Amino acid sequence: MCHQSVGLVSRAIEEAGIPTITMSSAWDITRSVKPPRAAFVNFPLGNQTGRPGDVKEQLAIVRDALIAAYAMTEPGSVTILPYEWDDSGYGWQGGEYRPGYLRPYVRTEAVTDD
Amino acid sequence: MNPPEKYIRYIPRTRDLYSSHTPYRWVTNADAPWTPLTKPLNESRVALASSSGVYLTNQTPFHTKDDTSIREIHKTASTGDFAVNHFGYRMDGAERDPYCVFPLEQMRKLENEGVIGELAETAYTFMGGIYSARRVREELAPQLVERALANNIDLFYLAPA
Repeated sequence: MCHQSVGLVSRAIEEAGIPTITMSSAWDITRSVKPPRAAFVNFPLGNQTGRPGDVKEQLAIVRDALIAAYAMTEPGSVTILPYEWDDSGYGWQGGEYRPGYLRPYVRTEAVTDD
Repeated sequence: MNPPEKYIRYIPRTRDLYSSHTPYRWVTNADAPWTPLTKPLNESRVALASSSGVYLTNQTPFHTKDDTSIREIHKTASTGDFAVNHFGYRMDGAERDPYCVFPLEQMRKLENEGVIGELAETAYTFMGGIYSARRVREELAPQLVERALANNIDLFYLAPA
């Protein structure tokens, strides 16, 4: 959801005449919503600007995303940043957004996209 | 545009995770708006926003039912001042280190190093798990657009979580 909401906000800011750069770790959602410029890191959700406590990598990701913004010329571009999530056998990509992934959360109301 | 070698398809996974509900209709846009970047990065005033649900402990926490409010966070705020509430991602990392979703410290460093011209006085956060795309467009986005224009922002950096 976050990727959709942020993409919509980025588009609104860009439409108002201010350039934007949007982080992403959800390729398909970002490609669907199309923020003007995006920088993709293939990290678990909640780590879009790096691993907790990894100050050096966090700084590099944000710097790379800002620099990438200047290299993009096509509206809706996504630049893939070359960072790897070392999951050491944890297999995070298999577990994300599968049952048990989140803390217990129950939708108590019907959701609407209106 | 070539996709990355490996990535998670969140749209089908979300559909499967909530399979007892009517499938959510994600926003699909054919193209994107565009404003050229004309000012060099080291002369630009950069604003930061994050949809991570991070807020200051002396502010009202975000709720998780299409909360379209924003929190304004001064650029000098420090780690101990933050809390987080969101339902759409595992928050344990952000609870230990909010800068992995809200890169305020990184932006301050880039300002000190002269990579960016200036970090805007105020950063913004919201809780991006909003199902109503209409309410994002009509209620959330205008608050950030208004502030971006009022503060002469040259480049707006946005991070989801």
